[in-house]
Order: sequence, then structure tokens, then C-alpha cells
Amino acid sequence: MGLQLIKPNTNIDFIGLKKIAFIISAVIILAGLASLAIQGGPKYGIDFAGGMIVQVKLDKTTEISDLKSAMSEVELPGLVVQTLGLEDDNEYLIRTSSSDITSKIVREQVTEALTTNLNGTGFEIQRLEMVGPKVGADLRTKALEALFYAVLIIAVYISGRFEQRWTAAAVMAAALGGSIYAIGLTGLDMGFLIVAAMAITVGLCWYLKLNYALGAVAALIHDVMITVGIFSILGKEFDLTIIAALLTIIGYSLNDTIIVFDRIRENTFASKGNDTFAGIINRSINQTLSRTIMTSLTTLLVVACLFVLGGSVIHDFALALLIGVAVGTYSSIFVASPILLGFGVSEPVEQEVEA
Amino acid sequence: MQSMRWRIIATLIVLGLGLAYMMPSIPGVSGSPLGKFLPGDPVNLGLDLKGGIHLTLGVDMDTAMHNNLARIGDDLKTGARDDEIFVLRPKVISDSRLEIILLKGDQQTKFEETVAKYSPFDVESMEPMDGGKVKFILSVPPQYRDDIEKLTMDQAIKTIRNRIDQFGVAEPDIRKQQGNRIQVQLPGLQDPERAIRIIGQTAHLEFKMVDDTADIEKALKGILAPGRELSVLMNKQGDGSYTESPIVLKKDSVLTGEYISDAKVLLDNWNQPYVSISFNARGGAIFANLTGENVNKRMAIVLDGKVYSAPVIQEKIGGGRASITGTYTKEEARDLAVVLRAGSLPAPVVILEQRTVGPSLGQDSIDKGIMSAVIGMALVLLFMVIYYGFAGLVADIVLCLNIMMILAGLAAFGATLTLPGIAGIILTIGMAVDANVIIFERIREELRRGLSARAAIAEGYSRATLTILDANVTTIIAAVILYQFGTGPVRGFAVTLILGILTSMFTAIFASRILFDLYTKSRSESAKLSI
Repeated sequence: MGLQLIKPNTNIDFIGLKKIAFIISAVIILAGLASLAIQGGPKYGIDFAGGMIVQVKLDKTTEISDLKSAMSEVELPGLVVQTLGLEDDNEYLIRTSSSDITSKIVREQVTEALTTNLNGTGFEIQRLEMVGPKVGADLRTKALEALFYAVLIIAVYISGRFEQRWTAAAVMAAALGGSIYAIGLTGLDMGFLIVAAMAITVGLCWYLKLNYALGAVAALIHDVMITVGIFSILGKEFDLTIIAALLTIIGYSLNDTIIVFDRIRENTFASKGNDTFAGIINRSINQTLSRTIMTSLTTLLVVACLFVLGGSVIHDFALALLIGVAVGTYSSIFVASPILLGFGVSEPVEQEVEA
Repeated sequence: MQSMRWRIIATLIVLGLGLAYMMPSIPGVSGSPLGKFLPGDPVNLGLDLKGGIHLTLGVDMDTAMHNNLARIGDDLKTGARDDEIFVLRPKVISDSRLEIILLKGDQQTKFEETVAKYSPFDVESMEPMDGGKVKFILSVPPQYRDDIEKLTMDQAIKTIRNRIDQFGVAEPDIRKQQGNRIQVQLPGLQDPERAIRIIGQTAHLEFKMVDDTADIEKALKGILAPGRELSVLMNKQGDGSYTESPIVLKKDSVLTGEYISDAKVLLDNWNQPYVSISFNARGGAIFANLTGENVNKRMAIVLDGKVYSAPVIQEKIGGGRASITGTYTKEEARDLAVVLRAGSLPAPVVILEQRTVGPSLGQDSIDKGIMSAVIGMALVLLFMVIYYGFAGLVADIVLCLNIMMILAGLAAFGATLTLPGIAGIILTIGMAVDANVIIFERIREELRRGLSARAAIAEGYSRATLTILDANVTTIIAAVILYQFGTGPVRGFAVTLILGILTSMFTAIFASRILFDLYTKSRSESAKLSI
């Protein structure tokens, strides 16, 4: 047999670590929420907020402060200059909150300012994007709808799939759809609907005793919250690609959770009531640990390559995936399973809460 | 083993097809003699990789409706006059209603017949006024409004397509979108601002008579004689900028750009470019009459509501030609000729979204994407071989097969590869080995339980298959939703992710099994398995 990162007889008491894990998760989530609260919500990129960005590449390394002072005479509303990608890319993003000014004028102003103030440093305008307020609002709605439907469909799928209780899943779908429709009638915005959908999903899972689904949904909400929170702490902006990354993280997190849960289910049937549920969960996590870590490693390996080598445009997307994959792996072990244990009343096995 | 043979044949067919569809995408192949024998084309690259402009234009439907109502109103007035009914000039009061005042109350029934005959309007209300006049409010039926919207959109798209064709961009992509929007994608363009100017200009050309008797001072205060309007005359300065001065015009346009048959750039005696326009037969006749009747008066050439020149008519102009001399640069003159030839937009358009990627950034993105893919893949391949030995090698072979199938799939389905799409492929490299990892870990467990290599492989595959399917469904759900709601580049990501997951299930579950079976078949029952 080849190398083994995890020895076959490994038996780490993951469930016993749940308190520490919960504290760690809670701290990170609260820090993220605090950061969001301080900044007054997520920082939107131009996809959602509207405005214009100009990406310039300089042909030699320049301090961002020099670029900022070069641009200081340019009068554009809400002008921001920031570094893009890695240090030695020499790529910068100039952003204005206005989308009324024509791109021609912005192009001319940037060109003029950099030509006169950069002491002959060569530059090239590589990219210019303008999103008007209408399109920005549309994209925002679309992104939120995507997240909303992802939560909805996945909640229904896992409630049916995990516990073979498709009737419960149908009830879930109907209740969730119905209540969201009712809330939707009140005209609240989509962001609120998503939070409501998540809360209702968790509530329904609990009420219908869909414990596996509850664990999985809790884990994915946990992962998305942490990723969003860290992004907010790092001062990164949310745009369309970040939403794509979040959805991918949702998929990945569930994928991980499902592997662990499948094993728990298998071991539960096999044990025929001889083990505590906590013991079964622990054994299952240990048995799948090798796979969990291997897959995370290979995925993190490629995402890290993308983060380092992929270039400035894809940089933040790769960062979101990097955070999401790491957190997704952690959550399937330390969040989803303990929740399953905590609410594991629908199991035929009598559990003793020993940790 | 019968089934073994079929599995190998099936895999080889897929492999062959994959290779055939992927080959054209490899640089140098599609143009070479080999390329002629291969099916399909290279993978389409998105604008973020190819460089180019993505525009979302909003058609100003309110103005379109307004113009349309005004035109029908004028027709109605002319029609009424032919029937000897006298009405005041119709006034558009909202985007679906028109106010028209009938001078003689006793002609009411007759006028209603005229309305039915000459217009699509319904009479919404009638209100008697002082002096026997009757105020009619006419409204357009919703169905008619929808028709106009559709017509306006179609016409706008046709005009934009014409202009782009005349401008000469390879493979433009113009499509209608919801909410009166038009999406325009122009790959590989050097001067985006010029393209935007050509696409976005309404280019509504009118000829109007100048009222030189009007008092400009009064006009500036808003006091105008009936049928007159205040406009601006653009005077080009030496440095290329314009100064504006007020000018009073007669409201009715005497001739419009509709009658233009051709427009081209010519040079005058001082080598200054100007745009020469030719009218069609009808336009030529109108123009000849008009100039004949208005010798020594000034005629304004109005483009999109601004007067660019207002020359004095010296004599009757036959031959159906006119020239627009606005002291243009050659490029401006050429662009103006292009838009005049292609026709005017039925309504103004506004740029709602613009994304321009320079060709250097696109190529840079491709290079960096390929670089991260190659290095990421090398690391994963190495990692798998070190960790799983022979089994890792099997996983590596099917991973290569998998990447080939993704590229082939993109080419075969005519999907577009974007930068996030490349990221999707890179992500797939990491996630695709997951299926193999699940299988291998299971086989290891079965081996530890004391099963023979062959039995452990059979057990490992059969137990892991359901888990793999199960786990991948969630990622596919997320990717499908992303495809449904995403735009451009993000869709590209969803496509490669979905393709990658599907192909990875095939390669990891089906293709890798063949390699294992071949391996164990060639060895004795008790042989050890390198996993």
C-alpha cells in the first residue's frame, strides 16, 4: 500500500472537539458579521453597485501612492485607486462610482493624468468596464435569485436523498415555496428573502426531523457566512464571479458533508444498535478522513495555483474558492456532524450525549 | 470477458471522439492540413480572453412611442384635412395617448370615422370646449403598443447590425434581450470608443428651414411663434471642439434621412472631407422642389437634434445630392457616412453596460490560465502517483482523459470558454480526482479487511459509485443554477464545471475500472495491488 497520511486505525474524537470548534466558528462568523456591520453591508463591485473601472498596467513597479497622486487632479466622483492581483503584476484598478460620464471621457482623463504625472512610466489601459445602475440592480437581483434557488433546491434534494423521505422533502418544498411566496408578496428585497429562506429551511428541517438535511444546511450556511465574512474583513469586493465562487462553495461543502453522512448512515445500519450514535459518527469521520483530506488537498493545490498564477482578473475568485474549500472541509467534520448528533432523535439508535 | 471488450470499445470510441473534437483547439492544428479532417472548430473564446467589447444597449422605448404617436397624429391630421375636417396639430400627452382638438363640433361623428380609418387609435374621451371645439383624447390599444415595441427593437437591431457590418468587425454577436435591451459583442476591436460612437448614434437626419425673421432674444426666453422651435447650431473650432449658438427653425422637417440611398466621404477644394449624400428618386424629387421654392433662404441640416450647418440655398438643386460640410476629420466623416448609409435608429439608445477588454489582457489571461492549469495539474498528477502508486497512475491517466473530454465537449457543443471557465477546468482538475480518491480509499479499506485485490476492487467500486453520484449531484445543482442566472463569463464557469463533473464521473468510475481490471487480469489472484 502506498503512503498514508491518516493511519487506518486513527481514532480522533472529533465529536469531543465540538465545543472548541463551535467557539472557533462562532468567533470567525461574529468577526465577519461585525465587519459587515461596520462597513454597512458587503462592499459591492461595479457589477452590483454600478460605476466604472479602468484597469491599467504600468510597465515598471510604481508605488500605489504615486499612482494615487498622479490621479489626484482627476475629477471623477468617488474615485478610488487600488492594486490588483499580486504586487509585481503592476496592475491597478481605477474606479469611479459614476456611470453617467462616457467611457471616452474617463479614458481620456486617465490617459492624460498618467501621461503627465508619471514621469514617463509607460502604461496601458487593459480593461474598462461600465455598469449602469439599471443593469447593476438587475445583476444584484439575479445573483440573489441564484443563491436563493440554490438553497431551495439543495434543501429539498438533501432532505429527500439523505433520509429517503421524499414525502417530507415534498412537504419541505411546498412549505418553503409557499412561505417564501407569501413573504415575497410583502415586497421585501431579495437579500431578506434569502435569509428568510435559510431560516425557514433550518426550521423546517428541525420540525420535520430531517436531521441530516439540517446538519448539511447548517454547514453550508456556516461556510458561506465565513467566506463572506473573511471577504469583508479583507476589504474585498463582491461581484458576479464571487457569487459564482459562493455557489461553487455551497456545492463543494455539501459534497464533502454527503460523503461523511453517507458513511454515518452505512455504519448506523451496520451497528444494529450496538454503538452510541456519537461513536458511530466519530468512527465514520475517521474512516472518511483520509478521503476528505486528500480531496481537499488536491483541490486546494489547484486553487492555490490559480490564486498565485492565474492573474489579476481571477485573483479574488480564487481567493474565495480557497477560503470556501478550506472552510467546507472543516465544516463537514466539525459542524455538520455534531449538529446531526445534537438533533439525532430520528435515528433508531439511542444516543448518549457524552461530550 | 465479453463485457470487458465492450467497455474497452466504448471507452476507445469516446476517447477517439474526444481527441478529434479537441485537436482543432490546439494551436496550429486548425489551420493545418490535419485540421481539415477533424470535425468541428476550435473552442470559442469569450471576449474576456479574446479581447473586445461587450455592450448592453437600452432602447429608449418612451421616445420611440412618442415619435410613433406624433407621426400617426400627423397622418391623422392630413387624413382629416382630405376629408375636409379641421383639427389643430395633435399633441402627444403620454406614451400611449394623443390629444387632438376638433374645431367644429358638428363634425364629431365624421371625425370619429376618420380616426377609425386612418389610425389604430381608440377614442378614449371627448370633451366639448368653448367655441364649439371638441377635445378628443385618443389612446393606442395595448396590442398595438406591443407591436410597435417589437418593431422598434427589430429595426434597432437591424440598423446596428448594418452599421457594424459596414464598419467591418469580424463575427459580431448582436442579440435581443429582455426589457428592450440589445446585447452587442464585438471581438478583437482596437478602438472601442469609435465603435461605441458608431453603434450608439441615433443618426436621425432631418432637413428643416431656418426662420431668420425670428427674434433670437425672445426665443431664448421661450417666446416662439407657432410651429417654430429653438435649436443649436454647432460651430466647429480650429481645435476640433464645438461652440454652440442658438438658431430658430421651422418645426416640420421638410426631408429626412429615410430617403437617403447612399452616403460617402469626398474631399472639397481645400482638401477638407465632407459627407456627400444621395437621395433616392422620391427624396431627390422632394429635395429639388424644396430647394426650388426656397431660393435665398437658409436650410438647416439637423443631425440628432443639432444643426451642423445651415447653408443658404443658391438655386434649385436637382440630381438628388446634398452635402454635409461640418469640417470633419476624415475618420469622423467616414463614421458619419457609415451611420447614414446604415440608417437611423428608430429611437435613441443608451449604453447600460460596457465591458472592454484589450487584446493584451485577454492573451495574458489565457497564458496565465494555461500556466496555472499546467502547474496545478502537474502537482496533482505527481501527488496522486506518490500517494497511490499504480492506482495513482490510473487516476492520472483518466484525469488527462477527463481534461481532454472537457475541451472536446466545449468544442462539440459550441460553448464559449471564458476566464472563469478556465478556472472551472482548473477546479475540475482538483475535484475530479475526488471520485478516484473515494474509490481508492474504499479499496484500501477492503484490502485491510483481508479481501483479495480483485475482490477489493470490485467491492470498492460498487460501494463508492453511489456515494460519488450522490456527492456530485449537489455540485451540478449549484452549477446549473449558476448557468441559469449567470451572465457571460460566469456562464462559462458553470459550463466547464458541469462538463467537468460529468466527464469525471465517466472517467473515474467507468474508464479507470477498465485499467484496474486489465491490471488484475494479468496477475495472479494473490498478487498485491499498488494502491
